[in-house]
Amino acid sequence: MTTLLTILFDGVAYGMLLFVLACGLAVTLGLMNFVNLAHGAFAVAGGYVCAVLVNQSGWPFFAALPLAFVASALIGVVFERGLYRHLYTRGHLDQVLFSIGLVFMAVAAVDYIMGSSRVFIKLPAVLDGQIDFFGVGIGRYRLMIIVICGLLTLGLQLILSRTRFGSRLRASVDDPRAASGLGINVPQVFALTFAFGCGLAGLGGALSAEILGLDPYFPLKFMIYFLIVVTVGGSSSITGPFLASLLLGIGDVAGKYYVPKLGPFIIYAIMIVILIWRPNGLFGRTAAR
Amino acid sequence: MASMPDMSEHATRAARWRPAEIVFWLALLACGFLFPSRYLIMTEILRLGLFALSLDLILGYAGIVSLGHAAFFGVGAYSAGLIALHGFIPEPVLALIAAGLIAAVLGFFTSFLVIRGVDLTRLMVTLGIALLLEALAEKFSDITGGTDGLQGIVIQPIFGLFAFDIFGKVGFFYNLAVLFVLFLLARCIVHSPFGLSLRAIRNNPLRASAIGIPVNRRLIAIYTLAAFYAGVAGAVFTQTTALASLDVFSFERSADLMLVLVLGGTGYLYGGLIGAVVFKVLQDVFSSITPQYWMFWIGLVFVVVVMIGRERLHRWVMWLPHRVVQQFGRKASAAVSGGDAS
Repeated sequence: MTTLLTILFDGVAYGMLLFVLACGLAVTLGLMNFVNLAHGAFAVAGGYVCAVLVNQSGWPFFAALPLAFVASALIGVVFERGLYRHLYTRGHLDQVLFSIGLVFMAVAAVDYIMGSSRVFIKLPAVLDGQIDFFGVGIGRYRLMIIVICGLLTLGLQLILSRTRFGSRLRASVDDPRAASGLGINVPQVFALTFAFGCGLAGLGGALSAEILGLDPYFPLKFMIYFLIVVTVGGSSSITGPFLASLLLGIGDVAGKYYVPKLGPFIIYAIMIVILIWRPNGLFGRTAAR
Repeated sequence: MASMPDMSEHATRAARWRPAEIVFWLALLACGFLFPSRYLIMTEILRLGLFALSLDLILGYAGIVSLGHAAFFGVGAYSAGLIALHGFIPEPVLALIAAGLIAAVLGFFTSFLVIRGVDLTRLMVTLGIALLLEALAEKFSDITGGTDGLQGIVIQPIFGLFAFDIFGKVGFFYNLAVLFVLFLLARCIVHSPFGLSLRAIRNNPLRASAIGIPVNRRLIAIYTLAAFYAGVAGAVFTQTTALASLDVFSFERSADLMLVLVLGGTGYLYGGLIGAVVFKVLQDVFSSITPQYWMFWIGLVFVVVVMIGRERLHRWVMWLPHRVVQQFGRKASAAVSGGDAS
């Protein structure tokens, strides 16, 4: 029973992390119908910024996290304005090629600058070890992830549903033409959202150094996971990808624990089955127009 | 009805062999005799060309974007390796066909998953299948050798006459022969009414079905055929290198393949072969500059190709040949008239 709870807890932490990493992608896919395979590269950027700040400049971990967000968001906005926006109207083949190229460049560049070995971020002592909660071992670090990601999710949901920007964004997702007809600056909304999504990915990258492992090949290794979150969850709301990431996280952790021999096989198989069953995602209306 | 003979005449004219094509194949054959020290790299190019030809069939002619074409390559490679290892079919050519058929069976069954859904779902499903097979090959290490790959493969002489030598001479001509035969087949297919209907589907599936083309059945057929080609490419890989390891399934292989095809141009069959030459030369140049970081430059090529635009790129590259052809008083261009790049 306690192992089950521990698996559940680890799975939830893992899933929430995946959600923060991937929710920017949901916007890219849902709003502009852009297949961006390079999303993980922004996560890596944030992760490495955090690692350099903490390990080499001696910043405290919690101060470095927001900077990881800012750095990735800045890189994101530069790339969006400089490169991505020229490709919104192109076919999916072009978008796939372009973003694969970006991934390859990012992998080699990070390898060149930072070396190919896995990077660890020095954690403050507060986050080490476990808390014993009615006999269930709860890792402090994972607890922090759940808290941060949970707050972020709530915040995102509030921004989307309550603020003016949120309603503009939703309008642009539903029908970009009508939205721009109503005077909404759709490219601007998109650039901001793209940057925000990249920032979240950067934050996720910094948080995932401890759990997923941060090395130059991160964008390639986890690309499929981000895509699963978005395609299975659909991109019409925040809740779809959120539930999908929780499912994926718990499924992956439980699968690795109970049937380690099959490894990622289960995840891929489930994904294919779900996509056959509902090509627009489990919770999506307009996942892929 | 006056336009009907025109159409068939147009189609027949497009299917006719052009002098440039004959020159192309003679040049390939001549390479085998001119550069005896470069058999290994030339064999690699031919193999990559065959693999790209397979992707061209579904991407260039049917418009299916696949991120996991390496799945069929890998199945072909492992099938050929296992067949040779356990001596099921000692004769390489028969083993090649068998490996291709195994990949085709997989292609047939996965095609039902691929024809459902839109581009994004297709991408995910094709990618997922390749990853799934990679995971399977790793897990069933007692059959596949796991991360070490299949070891100790010995390939028997072709037809019992030509043994594979270490310089790769036999391997090269074997590869060239396989490529040529499969190319001829593909050429017949894409110029047949079946091939024309595929192009109609690529350009507009809705209209294609409105004029009575069974869209899904055609897509299943071409996907299965492409899987066969990829399987054969994989089998040739195993037979000429006596090697089959997990990286035959890797995502990089599928991604590089797209670049190969895009560099050469889609939808006229020669794109894959030309792209393979360009890609290998680029790879050679980059890895001689920076052995460790050539991936960066390959990535840059991806980005630049897309930013310039594939059509524009081909217009630039074909400018000189067009001019030469025009000088000789011909209107039709030599290579790129089979269809616009999709």
